[in-house]
Amino acid sequence: MGFENFGTVSFTAEAKTADFINYLEAGKVMATRCKKCGGSYFPPRMDCPSCLSSEVEWFEVKGKGKLTSYTKVNYGPTGFETDAPYTLALGEFSGVQILARLSRDIGEKDIKVGMSLMVSPLKLPGSRIAYEFKKD
Amino acid sequence: MGEVAIVGVGQTAFSRQCGVSIRELCFEAFGEAMGGLGITTKDIDASIVCSAPEYDKQRSPAGLISEYLGLTPRPTFYVETVCSSSTTGLRVAWSLIKAGLHKVVAVVGFQKMSELSSRDAAERMGRGGDIIWESPFGLTMPAGYALYAQAHMAKYGTTEEHMAKVRVKNSHYGAANPKANYRKELSLEEILNSEVITSPLKKFDCCANADGASCIIVAAADVAKRACKIPIWIAGLGAATDTMSMAGRELLTGLRCAQEAAKQAYKMAGIKPQDIDVAEVHDCFTISEILAYEDLGFAKPGEGAALLEDKQTYVDGKIPVNVDGGLLSKGHPIGATGGSQIRTIVRQLRGEATEAQVRGAEIGLAHNIGGIGQYGNVTILRR
Repeated sequence: MGFENFGTVSFTAEAKTADFINYLEAGKVMATRCKKCGGSYFPPRMDCPSCLSSEVEWFEVKGKGKLTSYTKVNYGPTGFETDAPYTLALGEFSGVQILARLSRDIGEKDIKVGMSLMVSPLKLPGSRIAYEFKKD
Repeated sequence: MGEVAIVGVGQTAFSRQCGVSIRELCFEAFGEAMGGLGITTKDIDASIVCSAPEYDKQRSPAGLISEYLGLTPRPTFYVETVCSSSTTGLRVAWSLIKAGLHKVVAVVGFQKMSELSSRDAAERMGRGGDIIWESPFGLTMPAGYALYAQAHMAKYGTTEEHMAKVRVKNSHYGAANPKANYRKELSLEEILNSEVITSPLKKFDCCANADGASCIIVAAADVAKRACKIPIWIAGLGAATDTMSMAGRELLTGLRCAQEAAKQAYKMAGIKPQDIDVAEVHDCFTISEILAYEDLGFAKPGEGAALLEDKQTYVDGKIPVNVDGGLLSKGHPIGATGGSQIRTIVRQLRGEATEAQVRGAEIGLAHNIGGIGQYGNVTILRR
């Protein structure tokens, strides 16, 4: 399977990084690392531009991250109309930054830049899948 | 090698729905740019057509627009860096002339956003990011800038009121600009009380989608001097990028692409930020103008909002910014916007900006950003 069921609306399916979805189904959010230079990538990529090498390995994004910024989107584009409001956020984890939504379990008043976060897979209706930030 | 000048500038009025076709929009901007020049359409060696794709159905619009402007069989091609497309076109025109390949190049920018519903336009803009990894979360253009706003607020204590003051200023000047779509002066309260689109950005913190076209006629020095009374010289050009993905951004309190482009442009022009007499900056959102003050060196990082507190960016201030109303008042027909900014600077340097003239302006700057800070162009012009 590729990215056809990723997120609320997906726009393309095929990519060399499609294993990401298999890991996600198995409960893991993964990033990639170049075996040659050790550079780590999120969004994951199978090609390292520093080494022009495609020898990369997957590693799990685990542990605590930090909220870098967020915004509560009240106006959703086509395909996201019924989804809004939702809160988009950037989280900093060991060596990688990730864009995802904040879990709806986090109250608006509790959101603060710098707060501690975890990233975890999220099953969506219609066999779709994504990941989200949860409160640590 | 000789210098390169802008000899003519034009734009349509920007509107929510223009009611004409893209070729007709471009013709109107071209007509204003060519008006009164000592050269004719026959002297134009090439054209560069600039817009963001997927708003209208026309594939390969360059050929269509070139034909309608009467430029066939001379070469034409399409240039795209979304919202900064037409200053990218200007950069390419400069290099074509500098290389000696052409003497006169027309840079035509356009967008007819009213072909799409507001939600569909938001979806297209959402796809102006990383479509595998980020668009599926519902990322939008305002949301991307809102992430910058929130980070700036958290680090520097910038407030929603600071941002609203950008709109107060720009709505003041927009009211006097006959080419602007939004011509009502707004009070601080009206802005602060408008509905939240994507926190902390409210309706009046955001520019509006629009239809419009712009045109810049660029020429080699020898032609420029006979083509018009006051050629405006291209003194500095800077261009840079940042990651397509938001996850790749190393800085959220300023636009890296703008900082880098500014550095290049100042170096090429041999000037410093304090030498700029008048500036046009890409205020697609109110926070964008505050970031621009800092990225361009008009204020230190975190101190951009202070310029508004004592009206330093008003027409009589230390560094007047967006005294044509900016994108916030004019509207933002993506591919036309950079050309409109250049038009304003050219009119300022020629002393023709009757609505809000900066007295004695000799050096001007245009800061034009594509996407959520993916592309940055800074252009410095001098009289």
